[in-house]
Amino acid sequence: MNQPDASAARDLPDLTERREALAVLAAAESQEIARGLRQLDDGLTYSEPRPPEVGLVMLRGRIGSRGAPFNAGEATVTRAAVQLSSGEMGFGYVLGRDREKARLVALCDALWQVADRRAAVEAEVLAPLRQQQKEKKDIERARTAATRVDFFTLVRGED
Amino acid sequence: MYVAVKGGERAIDNAHKLLADARRGDRDVPELSLAQIDNQLALAVDRVMCEGSLYDRELAALAIKQARGDLIEAIFLLRAYRTTLPRFGASEPLETSAMDIRRRVSATFKDLPGGQVLGPTFDYTHRLLDHTLAEQSEVEEPATAPADGARFKSVAELLAGGGLIEGNDPPADEVGDLTREPLSFPANRDLRLQNLARGDEGFLLALGYSTQRGFGRTHPFAGEIRYGEVEVEFFAEDAGFAVPLGSISVTECQMVNQFTGNGTQAPRFTRGYGLVFGQSERKAMAMALVDRALRARELGEETGAPAQDEEFVLSHSDNVQATGFVEHLKLPHYVDFQSELGLLRKLQAEFDARDAASETPMQDAAE
Repeated sequence: MNQPDASAARDLPDLTERREALAVLAAAESQEIARGLRQLDDGLTYSEPRPPEVGLVMLRGRIGSRGAPFNAGEATVTRAAVQLSSGEMGFGYVLGRDREKARLVALCDALWQVADRRAAVEAEVLAPLRQQQKEKKDIERARTAATRVDFFTLVRGED
Repeated sequence: MYVAVKGGERAIDNAHKLLADARRGDRDVPELSLAQIDNQLALAVDRVMCEGSLYDRELAALAIKQARGDLIEAIFLLRAYRTTLPRFGASEPLETSAMDIRRRVSATFKDLPGGQVLGPTFDYTHRLLDHTLAEQSEVEEPATAPADGARFKSVAELLAGGGLIEGNDPPADEVGDLTREPLSFPANRDLRLQNLARGDEGFLLALGYSTQRGFGRTHPFAGEIRYGEVEVEFFAEDAGFAVPLGSISVTECQMVNQFTGNGTQAPRFTRGYGLVFGQSERKAMAMALVDRALRARELGEETGAPAQDEEFVLSHSDNVQATGFVEHLKLPHYVDFQSELGLLRKLQAEFDARDAASETPMQDAAE
């Protein structure tokens, strides 16, 4: 499958930050996103050019981890797109079959692109999720680190 | 002769009701929830996702429940389900070098950058039944230690620097997909790995084991086994960029095998590769062993062992195909069997006639 070069996406503003925000949303549960969104919901109006849809994405690995790609198996993915009445289009693509989550992620993505709304999305939705995800990861990493093997060499009698 | 071609509807209905009853079992015993299966039978879920070739923990748990714990039946259910969904496309290749590591061991280098972390493993357990699990038990909080955030550099990266190990295959223009095009032989390595990734763990384990016992020896070392979370990204046409989809857990095995070399190239280590969904270490290792064995021809090695025969391996690795063909034998074959029976009766009649006409029947029979 031919995919456009990554440089094709370069003209999108703040793409690194936007992708980072989407990664945080993708790792969250839909209720958690909804909880944050409720804080800034002041009669949002938007349309759904793509209502939530469940499908598959073929996951690819690389031969030997860094070589040519191969198809490792599929995953369920749900996608959605929403458009704010002000025109911003948001996309939700998430692993799994949670339609509501895909729609909420798309809505957050659209709101994030509105200059005078970004700060609120960051503060009400993303910041608590980031904090929560960091705490969870820190615990997992600390527990993993406790299973690190400390080798010690048995020194022989002479030399 | 009369052969029944219809009927049995009521018997089938009742059998399925009986199945549902047997699945539920004693009503005084609480029913399993999908979350219980996902959490407490996590490795069964991993195996079903892996061989069902569909990453979705909840669906795999549902399949296991519906199949009464028959994992091949559960795998079959997942495979059937996936055919009902449209495919949006293919992900960007997973970056296993950026894995959030939960376990990483190497049998070749003890002092790897990032260290060796055992994670949740059965290794070094005594394999004695733990009777405390028979009752509800309090589980201790796991120990913690400061995580230094060092990157886990892979053994392949380490060896590559010194030219001691072979490099990577150049990317192909097109990635083969056996869910779209039936396999044909010879198959490229991308297709072979796709086949092995969804192949039956037991079959690959036996084949990998056979290479260790001498049927196509490859002198393997477990260069590295890592298990953890990797981010998935998907280039979404409508968004116009690679969108992060969330993360999945995978196990990767880099097998380092004995050297090859030729007139133009110095001897160096070769590699076998395994990548599977979830924490499926045995499967990842077996896959890497078989991947390497299947490269015998490419590397100019002697061939002829079962694990080196790609048509044999790839045509028999899929347990859904295998179970379909084996289990179809129990479906009605009345017509086939009646015709066999007719033929046999005719042959026996001919034999008896010849027998009666012969003067030395015993000798004839012995021929």
